[in-house]
Amino acid sequence: MSYLISGESGDWEVVIGLEIHAQIVSQAKLFSGAATAFGAGPNTQVSLVDAAMPGMLPVINEYCVEQAVKTGLGLKAKINLHSVFERKNYFYADLPQGYQISQYAEPIVGEGTVVLDMPDGETRDIGIERLHMEQDAGKSLHDQDPKRTFIDLNRSGVALMEIVSKPDLRSPEEAGIYLRKIRSILRYLGTCDGNMEQGSMRADVNVSVRPAGSDALRTRTEIKNVNSVRFVMQAIEHEAERQVEAYEAGGEVVQETRLFDAAKNETRPMRAKEYAHDYRYFPDPDLLPLVLADEDVERIRKSLPELPDDKKARFVSDYGLSAYDAGVLVAERETADYFETAAKGRDAKQAANWVTGNLFGALNKAGKAIAESPVPPGALGGLLDLMADDTISGRMAKDVFDEMFETGKDPAAIVADKGLEQITDTGEIEAVVARIIAENPDQADDVRSGNDKAIGWFVGQVMKATQGKANPKMVNDLLREKLGG
Amino acid sequence: MTALTELSLAEAGKGLEAGDFTAEELTRACIEALEGGRDLNAFITETPDIALDRAKASDARRAGGKAAGPMDGIPIAIKDLFCTEGVLTTAGSHILDGFTPTYESTVSANLKDSGAVMLGKTNLDEFAMGSANVTSYYGPVKNPWKGPGGKDLVPGGSSGGSAAAVAGGLCSGAIGTDTGGSIRQPASFTGIVGMKPTYGRCSRWGIVAFASSLDQAGPLTRSVEDAAIMLGAMAGHDAKDSTSAPIDVPDFSAGLKEGVKGMKVGIAKEYNLDGMPGEIEALWQQGMDWLKDQGAECIDVSLAHTKYALPAYYIVAPAEASSNLARYDGVRYGLRVEGESLDDMYEATRGEGFGDEVRRRILIGTYVLSAGYYDAYYRQAQKVRTLIAKDFTEAFEQVDVLLTPTAPSAAFAIGDKMDDPVAMYLNDVFTVPASMAGLPAISVPAGLDGDGLPLGLHLIAKPFDEVTLFRAASALEEAAGFDARPPSPKGGAS
Repeated sequence: MSYLISGESGDWEVVIGLEIHAQIVSQAKLFSGAATAFGAGPNTQVSLVDAAMPGMLPVINEYCVEQAVKTGLGLKAKINLHSVFERKNYFYADLPQGYQISQYAEPIVGEGTVVLDMPDGETRDIGIERLHMEQDAGKSLHDQDPKRTFIDLNRSGVALMEIVSKPDLRSPEEAGIYLRKIRSILRYLGTCDGNMEQGSMRADVNVSVRPAGSDALRTRTEIKNVNSVRFVMQAIEHEAERQVEAYEAGGEVVQETRLFDAAKNETRPMRAKEYAHDYRYFPDPDLLPLVLADEDVERIRKSLPELPDDKKARFVSDYGLSAYDAGVLVAERETADYFETAAKGRDAKQAANWVTGNLFGALNKAGKAIAESPVPPGALGGLLDLMADDTISGRMAKDVFDEMFETGKDPAAIVADKGLEQITDTGEIEAVVARIIAENPDQADDVRSGNDKAIGWFVGQVMKATQGKANPKMVNDLLREKLGG
Repeated sequence: MTALTELSLAEAGKGLEAGDFTAEELTRACIEALEGGRDLNAFITETPDIALDRAKASDARRAGGKAAGPMDGIPIAIKDLFCTEGVLTTAGSHILDGFTPTYESTVSANLKDSGAVMLGKTNLDEFAMGSANVTSYYGPVKNPWKGPGGKDLVPGGSSGGSAAAVAGGLCSGAIGTDTGGSIRQPASFTGIVGMKPTYGRCSRWGIVAFASSLDQAGPLTRSVEDAAIMLGAMAGHDAKDSTSAPIDVPDFSAGLKEGVKGMKVGIAKEYNLDGMPGEIEALWQQGMDWLKDQGAECIDVSLAHTKYALPAYYIVAPAEASSNLARYDGVRYGLRVEGESLDDMYEATRGEGFGDEVRRRILIGTYVLSAGYYDAYYRQAQKVRTLIAKDFTEAFEQVDVLLTPTAPSAAFAIGDKMDDPVAMYLNDVFTVPASMAGLPAISVPAGLDGDGLPLGLHLIAKPFDEVTLFRAASALEEAAGFDARPPSPKGGAS
């Protein structure tokens, strides 16, 4: 199921690498004590350091370092005990220092691996090249005034992690799955909230193409600042096709930085001025090399939560779920937790079906996240219990669930209020069955003479007479007993 | 009674303690001296109101029996590279026009907390880049000492205003910063004591940065004892500066008078430069003899990479400066010269805001960090720096301190060497190696040249061994008995 672009000269393979910029979850910025909350008024979260006032000095935020190490461990990557912050020098109005403090030659995290679950049930290992920490720039607001640009420094100095993959991705779909997987891992770790629409995660996408079967890497282009999974996939598709067309037309691909225009569905080069920098990296003399002790790393390792891959394996082995269902449930930590609470001490497969079926369906329709579900996991578990002890039928349960979702009421209360308890009293059902048979002698004869299908008509009549509350299995058994069907 | 402004810092402290005079009286005397000495152009901003307020507060503390220590009530001058809350801070540059910080540098805050009284902000080479105090946007500073025929001389730089203020009797102590010799060389040129502590001893927080890996604050005073007292009030670990050393501040005055008997003094032949004036060499020999006479042992050592220190310094310091000065872009504070586009504004602002020497160093620094040149220049210079530090480490296995001249000449006339940057840079040839290695060093006035101008001797010690440095310096001071003073700024001899 490889993704190939067919051209006149043959098939082309796409080679993709992603640089993901992820905002570290932290109350304070990377080198200053200023706050980082999203949506605050312009320039209200700016310290003297963030505004690069004369004589101000950066001091590393230890919590951000811990978060970066945690992320490195979650990516099964090498943690570098010695890393160095450097200055990346360039002028821009929203870069107050005139340089960005970043890691360059010696990042805090080295090589790692991420496992992708492909839709066909296979897995793919994608290499991580490195993870480094850096500070974000501020924001230039060009739309506030016809002639002037305004600067908001709230983001200036916010801590970012840049996670660089190896060029191991081979299709837009893989890139999408990879990005979702990274987001899932970061969310499990609590090191990045992964909100792409708020800008706390964005990606630079490196794309090149080569004739299928070739091992050589060709010139790549970099598509900057793509801010959704869908756009990443679209950008790759368009850029790869553009490159194939260029080669097929006898042209070349130049190494350059491009932008993805989602409205026009195309990538186009950034102006040379926007990226043609010589960044003059050199170690930041205001900061000492960052040195970690083995014990620090081990302490953080011990604090790691169960990550999606391990959780999935456990769901398959402990709950007997299919790999597919387990994969769906572990994608978000909240979903996995919800499922485990609902399934505790119950039929796990049934719980999984209800979570991925009815619950997801209702949430989707209502446009709600699982954390906002009107049905808490304990209540869904209660509904499963009502089915397990035959208080209600599966058919009835669906109606009760809809009511729960709408009103947030407890299932037992809904059943009691509406008198929905299933009739499981043999005598009561027997009486109804006997009455219906007596009232319909012709149909009864029909069944007795071997028309097995007609028994369904009797089941319907009994259910109707009991307002659907009779236990369907008991009704069926009794009818067969009486009619000898 | 000696004029109050002629007292050493230690003497003034004793006088205050004895109640011979008040901090207000002392401060008024200094303010008067400042006004009389304006021809020196030592101050960019005088702060007489702040000074009197703080002096009165000091007197009140003392009256209440709560004097903070030996600096309480002592008027001092602050190099205009230290950010001072509510007081114009210029770094000697046009580009910081109108910049009034909302914060106080750690060192000046420490001094304030010790009760010191700020008289004003002293002139300096623009962004501390210079060795003659001729690059300031606020004009050159004059050395209180006059050359033959009454010629105006440079006070050295970059802490030239601080040196001139102390040498000219405007105050007994001032703070400066030293990146490659900016405290020690002006001290030598003006006949006072100038001390650069170990890198990391004083916080750099709130000091306008020139070269972050080299910049250190230090005192300029008229005696070694005064320097020790003042440093005690300046130093200390600061969590706001990651390069500040988390170690305790000792009593720098302890053992000041214990002498140098048995002390091992290193003499490095590499400091014997070709073409060094005979009187500098003679003074150096004199210094050795003074120390030997007091029981020290002089030992020849080798600092093999000394000759590479100055060229390496002029790569590392401009490289860091080119990046440190990028923040002066006209966007947030200081000078802005409008332009058609953002780039136009940058060019207009920085072109007008920075003087020639600053622009020269930004260009050098940008060049040595550029793709394709980094390995040949910046990386190579860092390797040299490592070798220089290693030379010192090895020398200090044999000796306690090193003795060298402070500068290769006495003060020169204002205007000299202006067309020859390399000749200007050579002023720092003896002071730069210790800067590159982050070592504490001090210049002590030791004699006069043929024109009657002061010359200093320079001592270097192990990291954080300022106590030994002060002890050796005190012995040198004692033996030299340097008591020459420049003519009074108003005319006649003091």
